[in-house]
Amino acid sequence: MSTLGKITRRTFLVGSVAIAGGVAFGYWKYKQPIDNPLEADLDDSATALTPYVIIDQQGVSIIAPRAEMGQGVHTTLAALVAEELEVSLDAIKVLHGPASNAYFNAAVLEEGIPFAATDVSRTAEMVRGFTKVPAKFLGLQITGGSSSIPDAFYKMRTAGAAAREVLLQAASAQLNVPTSQLSANDGTILASDGRSVAYTDLAVTAANIEPPKEPVLKSRSQWKLLGKSMPRVDMVAKSTGTAEFSIDVELPDMLYASVRMNPRLGAPMTSFDASKAEAMPGVKRIFQVNNGVAAVATNTWYAFKAVNAVQCNWANASYSNDTNGLLAAVQDSLSPDHQDSQFRDDGDVEQALQSGEIIEAEYQVPYLAHAAMEPLNATAWLRDGKLDIWAGNQLPTQALKEGAAITGLDEENIRVHTTLMGGGFGRRAEMDFVIQAIHIAKEFEGTPVKTTWTREEDTSHDFYRPMAVARFKAKLANNTIDTCDLHLAAPSVAESQMGRLGVPVAGPDIMIVQAAWDQPYSIQNYRVTGYRTPKAFPVSSWRSVGGSQNGFFHESMMDEIAHAGGLDPLEMRLQLINHDVSRKVLESVAEQSNWGRALPDGHGLGLAFVLSFGVPTAQVIEVAAVDDTIKLIEAWAAVDVGVALDPRNVKAQVMGGMNFGLAAAMMGEITVKDGEVQQRNFHNYPSMRFNQAPDIEVQVLENGDQVRGIGEPGVPPAAPALGNAIFAATGKRIRELPFSKHVRFS
Amino acid sequence: MKLVVNEQEYDVDVTPDMPLLWVLRDELGIKGPKFGCGIAMCGACTVHIDGRPVRACSYPASAVQGPVTTIEGLGQPDALHTLQKAWIEHQVAQCGYCQSGQIMSAAALLAANNNPSDAEIDTAMSGNLCRCGTYPKIRAAVKSAAEALRSESVPVQNESEGTA
Ligand code: FES
Ligand code: FES
Repeated sequence: MSTLGKITRRTFLVGSVAIAGGVAFGYWKYKQPIDNPLEADLDDSATALTPYVIIDQQGVSIIAPRAEMGQGVHTTLAALVAEELEVSLDAIKVLHGPASNAYFNAAVLEEGIPFAATDVSRTAEMVRGFTKVPAKFLGLQITGGSSSIPDAFYKMRTAGAAAREVLLQAASAQLNVPTSQLSANDGTILASDGRSVAYTDLAVTAANIEPPKEPVLKSRSQWKLLGKSMPRVDMVAKSTGTAEFSIDVELPDMLYASVRMNPRLGAPMTSFDASKAEAMPGVKRIFQVNNGVAAVATNTWYAFKAVNAVQCNWANASYSNDTNGLLAAVQDSLSPDHQDSQFRDDGDVEQALQSGEIIEAEYQVPYLAHAAMEPLNATAWLRDGKLDIWAGNQLPTQALKEGAAITGLDEENIRVHTTLMGGGFGRRAEMDFVIQAIHIAKEFEGTPVKTTWTREEDTSHDFYRPMAVARFKAKLANNTIDTCDLHLAAPSVAESQMGRLGVPVAGPDIMIVQAAWDQPYSIQNYRVTGYRTPKAFPVSSWRSVGGSQNGFFHESMMDEIAHAGGLDPLEMRLQLINHDVSRKVLESVAEQSNWGRALPDGHGLGLAFVLSFGVPTAQVIEVAAVDDTIKLIEAWAAVDVGVALDPRNVKAQVMGGMNFGLAAAMMGEITVKDGEVQQRNFHNYPSMRFNQAPDIEVQVLENGDQVRGIGEPGVPPAAPALGNAIFAATGKRIRELPFSKHVRFS
Repeated sequence: MKLVVNEQEYDVDVTPDMPLLWVLRDELGIKGPKFGCGIAMCGACTVHIDGRPVRACSYPASAVQGPVTTIEGLGQPDALHTLQKAWIEHQVAQCGYCQSGQIMSAAALLAANNNPSDAEIDTAMSGNLCRCGTYPKIRAAVKSAAEALRSESVPVQNESEGTA
């Protein structure tokens, strides 16, 4: 809560009365409405009804102000508007829209508050309401935290409905009939006398009509698009090589650049010698940028070759030189002086652990790279007092700020074009690659320059998923868990990431204990303590953030306890679970996987359940073991998203999230030597391949009380489900990731 | 050097060691083939030379002896290849960045063998990484494209749910 700071307290009184209302026209009634960012770009024939909808002679465009990095968000966001606006998805254009504070994301900070998603008490709801305030003041147009859909569910439907009402009024004026005799259907307003007028012909009239603040939304039973599987708006382009990623941006007389930064992350470059590189083919210029060098050439390949030929002298790292030192720091921080939080402390753990048979173990996970398929890149063009930036990025408002800081231009002279992304996973919320591209373009004023990282640079200059360590002590009594004491240590992602954005973060970092402290179990004595490792190696959000390690810790622990007591891991969980929506998810996955069935020799089933981002997710994996070689046979998952706006896309995200988690659990590991990341490319930072991927059957439930995002919740249960399956098949309990340190995968 | 790409002739002036990928992308503006790793480990850059799949990032343009086909030459949004139809039917792509390469690998497989076994599909597709984890859908799409090719008509099923 302390992360909310002063602003929250100041706006608490006004904020509490401002929940309902039109989204584009003062959702936040207590503050001046933010200027509509689209108006500046429109000519007179067009009118921006809200920051989410544009209608002009060409047709209807919907602004989906969240970055499309594979999660299908453009389709779902567009459908929210289209549903109320009464247009079909194939009749509209979907645009990302410019960087603007008007597109702030209110839901993203909700995961950062110390109330479990299952806690619907008044205080919890009230605090959730407050978090929307700082998000707006920070102007966070962020895509992350599985927050896009919860944030948009009300806002974007309201925008569509408001636009529809305005169009009805415009048609009423144009046709001279009362709105009661008009209806909206498929991009057209129909009059009861048989006349009709297309939305596109109403745009000019509509521009002069004030939209209603609280238009009536359709009930679920009236939905035509939402709730059904929709073809994604980007699918044809992505199946024909015609989708434009930022790496595909092409501009007149463009130059191509690449960079090499100090491999000791964050440390300066002390000197460099570019004489050899400067003489190479196609090279225009080589110069220092930030803590490294940039080579600009006539082709990306020439830039790659040249930048790698520069002799650089690098300063030493500010952090421990190798993996062992970094691990020791995490282990050492598991001590009272580094305690960061203790959001759960039920019963009397200390007392309970005085007696009886104690089960205890220690777990650890490594640093991980994001390794999105599209290496980092951005294009910038500085000319005539204006700056244009093209970048697949998860935080365009920050790109705008960086552009202003580097060029000295006002923000209104800067445009950020957010393209499709070849994967993000959290990496593209960082700005380093955008900042470099702007610096480079500044050296070539007048000429657009695209800066592309090599895969080697991308792998070795990430902001990594933190290394983390867990210790637990537990005790059984009366055939169930009596006591469970979980200690979690990791560097703080919030401190590292927000520090780079210049946003101070005070108080505990809830992400250190995310998806562990808030699990829906009633255990007599149940304590979860977080410890913060002092800041050193750069870390950041990695798909599912704290859930990516804590799911593994918590659910491996549950499995260990169950087996120690001779209990069935499913039965034990069902007995302890205190959240009905979660219980049904567990029951569903048990049924799908036929849990408890007789298995062939050498096969094992592993179960894990994690509630993260408000989504209860259960997964079961079947593996077959031959000696020390493990084959993933099949997998099942069940989730509850409250409302499945697009069931097929929800399934796809769960499948993708699970595979992302499995890839890391099986073989993902970043190590450090001499201050440098040792992994450089897919040969030594491997990922799961086609032949290793199991079929995954996903069940989507809708018992939850509100709509939830699904980009991340599929990740956390994957590692523990696999580890528990390996244990079931082999009797081998692997307490560190990646599993490939102990078994082989075929 | 001279190149034939998607049935069009080009004359380019680059150093002989420049990989085909960078000739296609930065010299000819053909952006379907993607850069992923540069060392033939990910398959994002897969194109066909004379119908054979190659990793364009690691294939010097000067060594190309035969017509090059990229995803753009395989099919277009208004004239889809059978595989692209299957990709759309199964809604395979997530971020989509790997998919040009996936489709080109699959196209080479099916051109040589329109009834591949699971093991043959594994072998043909294991050089293509997908960090979004779309593999189960790729498998399903390859199979239905193979079936469509075998029956020569191109029946498109209405709705395909999930990963099956
Ligand atoms: S870019 Fe060619 S195989 Fe990865
Ligand atoms: S769809 Fe994103 S990498 Fe394959």
